[in-house]
Amino acid sequence: MAGYLLNRLWQSVVLLVIVSIIGFAVLNLTPGGPLSQFALTPGMTQEAMDRIAEQMGLNRPLPVQYLDWGWRLLQGDWGTSYRDGQPVLDVIGRHITATLLLMGTSTAFSIAIGTWIGIHGATRPYSIFDYSVTIGAMVALSIPTFWFGLVGIYIFTLELGWLPAGNMYTIGDGSFLNYLHHLIMPSLVLSLVNVAVWSRYMRTATLDVINQEFVKTARAKGLTERRVLMKHVVGNAMVPMITLAGMQLPSILGGALVTETVFTWPGMGRLFLDSLGYSDYPVVMGLLMVSAILVLLGSLIADLLVALVDPRIRVG
Amino acid sequence: MANHDPIAAPVSALTVRNLTIDLPKGMERKHAVSDISFDLKTGQILCIIGESGSGKSVTANAVMGLLPSAISISGGSIRCGDVDLTDASPEVLRDLRGRVVSMIFQDPLSALNPLMTVGDQIDEVMFAHGEGTREDRRARSLALLTEVGLPDPELMYHQYPFRLSGGQRQRVMIAMALALEPAILIADEPTTALDVTTQAQILDLIRDIQRRKGMSVMFITHDFGVVAEIADSVIVMEQGVIVEQGSAEQVLRNAQHPYTKRLIAAVPHLSDNDRTHDEVAGSAPVIEVDDLRKEYRSGSIFFGKERVVKAVQGASFALQPGRTLGIVGESGSGKSSLGRLLVKLMDSDGGRILFDGQDIAPMKEAQFRSIRPKIQMIFQDPFASLNPRSTIGRILTAGPVAHGMAPAKASQQARALLEHVGLDGGAFDRYPHEFSGGQRQRIGIARALMFKPKLLVADEAVSALDVSIQAQILELLNDIQRETGVAMIFITHDLRVASQICDEILVMQRGVIVEHGPPSQIFRNPQSDYTRELVAAIPGERIAA
Repeated sequence: MAGYLLNRLWQSVVLLVIVSIIGFAVLNLTPGGPLSQFALTPGMTQEAMDRIAEQMGLNRPLPVQYLDWGWRLLQGDWGTSYRDGQPVLDVIGRHITATLLLMGTSTAFSIAIGTWIGIHGATRPYSIFDYSVTIGAMVALSIPTFWFGLVGIYIFTLELGWLPAGNMYTIGDGSFLNYLHHLIMPSLVLSLVNVAVWSRYMRTATLDVINQEFVKTARAKGLTERRVLMKHVVGNAMVPMITLAGMQLPSILGGALVTETVFTWPGMGRLFLDSLGYSDYPVVMGLLMVSAILVLLGSLIADLLVALVDPRIRVG
Repeated sequence: MANHDPIAAPVSALTVRNLTIDLPKGMERKHAVSDISFDLKTGQILCIIGESGSGKSVTANAVMGLLPSAISISGGSIRCGDVDLTDASPEVLRDLRGRVVSMIFQDPLSALNPLMTVGDQIDEVMFAHGEGTREDRRARSLALLTEVGLPDPELMYHQYPFRLSGGQRQRVMIAMALALEPAILIADEPTTALDVTTQAQILDLIRDIQRRKGMSVMFITHDFGVVAEIADSVIVMEQGVIVEQGSAEQVLRNAQHPYTKRLIAAVPHLSDNDRTHDEVAGSAPVIEVDDLRKEYRSGSIFFGKERVVKAVQGASFALQPGRTLGIVGESGSGKSSLGRLLVKLMDSDGGRILFDGQDIAPMKEAQFRSIRPKIQMIFQDPFASLNPRSTIGRILTAGPVAHGMAPAKASQQARALLEHVGLDGGAFDRYPHEFSGGQRQRIGIARALMFKPKLLVADEAVSALDVSIQAQILELLNDIQRETGVAMIFITHDLRVASQICDEILVMQRGVIVEHGPPSQIFRNPQSDYTRELVAAIPGERIAA
């Protein structure tokens, strides 16, 4: 087990280095760059530009810049934002809570509902319930999220006036209820797609298990239908779902670009878009690294959980 | 055979009267079983025998109340004590399951929940019926594990099913079924997926437990050999109808119905007569194997604990054209590995394979490609080995065309071969799902023959087929060999089948060839202990007489 973990960690480090090199190269090789915004300043001279470049360390060769960045990263210094001069880690830290709140709520909600729908549909395949949720899932998956967002704002904000159109809280009112009020619409809109995805996977996983011999054995023992379903069917169907949940981890923190933009939610997705717009490379690189770490962490945790649940995997 | 007292007529544990079960619309027949009546007498073993589709498993599932929802009982009754199982409420049926009627299944590999320990799964039966405290149930589970002859019950209790062999899993299933001392045990082909020696042990176990507890057993099988070993009385089913029933003696010795006679005749018997050939042998061997070796390695190279399994150790033999060599052994004996080495589906670790005088063992795929058509394989599973999305014509011609045969010539040859293997030429444009298992295996044979091979390797080619179909396929292979002079390697776990078709037999155990000789030697005068054990384990040899 220890050997397996060491192996995985080593692989992860190599992957992170590769991801960071690619990210760094792509960012810096695209035209424009952090200096382009200064170029538009009236009266800017080439001399002044060079001086700014030197101050920011942008006149050095790219590999040197990369090594410098990497070395500082290892020491916990992720650089400072070009936009407001704050440390990158602080900037990310400020946005990560908002995203956690939104994505955490919506993920928990969609896994719970999606799992229930999936099992319910699989135990009554081709019933009216199964058909309606199948069609519902197709609709949710084929219409873009921002459309649902806009329709939601139109109905619940403009027409009915029940829910706020955006932001995380009303300025001057930091109460829990106020947060909750703002949270409802964006998390429901996000959940639409996630419930659809999750319920489809869960339905398939359950159908795979439900016709296996050991389920028949469980019935032959005289177990109640409820116990057959919960213990034997769902227990086994959940194994592949753990891996899927692991892949959701990066998106929990990575944020939902579209939804956060539609609802002006101050999360990681918004931060990423804004930073790109400002050519704030240190922040963009920081976000890139966070999401790469989360992808690796998510799949590692999922693999460990699967090994914990499924004894057949443990020997490997 | 139990010598039961004919005067004290045993009471029925289960009384089935005029039972009719419907199939969903659009199936090949209307009823899964129609109007069947029989009694399962207390303290007896009743065998229900029939081929696939005869309705025997449906009958068993109906008793358990475990029919799939698409299949429903449309008439008749199944009485167990005071209860009619056909109109009992789901709650009553649930309460009877596991407590009064237990069931064990064909495939012990898939019948246990992979995520639960053996102990928990046995415990669950008692838990479901609210029996005993946690400690009582644990003690009872351990006692049951001992009773079914599993070694080290304490360790077994905490083991997960994947650690156990097929025979051990079937013992766990039996322990589970016995937990609440049910009056009736339904066994649905419980030994079909097991090796002969394991099958013999499990049959002994069921027989022994049945006698000790006076249980009534309904035993579903397709093998008259098993019937001869275990049955008190027999029901023969064909197409959902009972065509014959009576005591085991009566049915085996003096079968009345032609279907029963056919089934009994089709049971492969040990033949200790060697095959005879018209022409004098002595031509150069097609294939000559010398000291062939293969090892499997598992586990990580970095973190130690590497496991090495010697799958094939120093195999040597030669095979002449027109002759058949049987490779016999239990699962894990290395017989399939040897077969795969011969057709170069995997590379060997050492030794030579001389095919037509050339050593093919060290050849790279590119070199071997021109020789591959000359060595063809027939696979075990006629359902999985044909691409469901290709027409039969395409399946037959794709290989030869890829090797440069003109498409028109290939289709002509394919149609001719289809007729040769007993299908009509119209099969050419149809898809695999339109054919039965036996027909698909004929297609598999035709496909192998398209290349006019010099060597055919048949890996368990008849194991998945019903006995009567098995006999037909063996005959077909025999005819083809006599006509074409192809050499054949016949890999099987069934000594009876091997004895009928092979000139020579290799017996393998744990990667080693422990015996090599003609059937007459293997069966009349076996040289190794292992061969003797295998021969002794063959079920129902008494009916060969």
